[in-house]
Amino acid sequence: MTECDRTLLVQAEFDGELDAAEAARSATHRAHCALCQGAWETLAAARRALREDATYHRASPALRQALERRLAPAAAPRTRPGARWWREALSFAAGAAVAASLVLALLPASEPGLVAALVDDHVRALEPGHLTDVVSTDQHTVKPWFDGKLDFAPPVKDLAAAGFPLLGGRLDYLAGRRVAALAYAGGKHPINLFVWPAAADGAAPERTARDGYNVIHWRAEGMALWAVSDLEPDRLEAFVRAWQAAP
Amino acid sequence: MPDPASFASVALPHLDAAMNLARWLTGSREEAEDVVQEAMLRALTYFPSFRGGNARAWVLQIVRNTAYAALGVKRGLRQVPLADPADDAPGFEPVEPGDDPETALLRVRERRALDRLLEALPPELRETLVLRELEELSYREIAQVTEAPIGTVMSRLWRARRMLARAAQGETR
Repeated sequence: MTECDRTLLVQAEFDGELDAAEAARSATHRAHCALCQGAWETLAAARRALREDATYHRASPALRQALERRLAPAAAPRTRPGARWWREALSFAAGAAVAASLVLALLPASEPGLVAALVDDHVRALEPGHLTDVVSTDQHTVKPWFDGKLDFAPPVKDLAAAGFPLLGGRLDYLAGRRVAALAYAGGKHPINLFVWPAAADGAAPERTARDGYNVIHWRAEGMALWAVSDLEPDRLEAFVRAWQAAP
Repeated sequence: MPDPASFASVALPHLDAAMNLARWLTGSREEAEDVVQEAMLRALTYFPSFRGGNARAWVLQIVRNTAYAALGVKRGLRQVPLADPADDAPGFEPVEPGDDPETALLRVRERRALDRLLEALPPELRETLVLRELEELSYREIAQVTEAPIGTVMSRLWRARRMLARAAQGETR
């Protein structure tokens, strides 16, 4: 049994994705093509079965209430005994959304949500075991680890000589895309360097701060780079200069 | 400046959809609840950059990324779904004689049997089918949520439906 090369069009007709003229052509084709008529019946049977018999998992009233409480303008008590970390985090983020307006003066208007996300991610990475997915001080181990996990090759540099040894790398999700996160040590203060491809090249470092964390953003080598740490601003700038100077 | 209240009015109407997708991706209600909570936290953080438009697809895209991140962490590394070699070649392999697909699907139309078949589909096919048949998203919306081209969405949908029908035939033989 072979497939008719119009099967995907017939499926699009079934899913209501064709305009009237295309749909009419597809229906005419089906009338003469046993394969496509069979496909149509399979599609209809699968739809009936799924819509009538597959479980639709709804949010529990408890989940809905927890979220509504967290997002209500007059917030309920911020902590409750036994509250899980995300309950804390959610109320933190509600404050963060307001605080984000404060960094507008330093970074382009499109960035406050991103800065909040970066700091949030940096804080989360500091939980035990979350900083690195691949643990290595060797750039030649960390760089290949990203192969196949990202649609780009992040630059990984050895900055040990400048006093910022590499700790490892991990994958993160930021603003709906996968990014590389490189962890460096700045004395006792971890530095997260977030990297993803950037359209425009070459932008001088811009500095901002949020919730006690310093953030420096620049673009180089076709990448957007964001360094986040609780290091003093001038130490974080030294890190960025070391990165820019390294081969 | 977006505030939590306006975020709630944009995102919370899609809480059931978020839960349904998270549950079908993670396989457990408890894990799905954690994913939904974290996804809502992330969504709130990104909300200042939300430009309006399709809020449901936007929320579901974040839920999906959060779910894959959570699944990856559980396995000790964050896995990225592999590209699908068969994406561009929707074949129609021979089926065993016996019930035709429609009859077979009618026979397994008992809730738990069908849930099991859906759970057994590869994640990229399962999510596509859930988004189309349970959430009734358009191809374009599914493409946004799953970060895949529309052509890939179409071939995944067809393979998912065909695989479900074949699995039903296997169950009833």
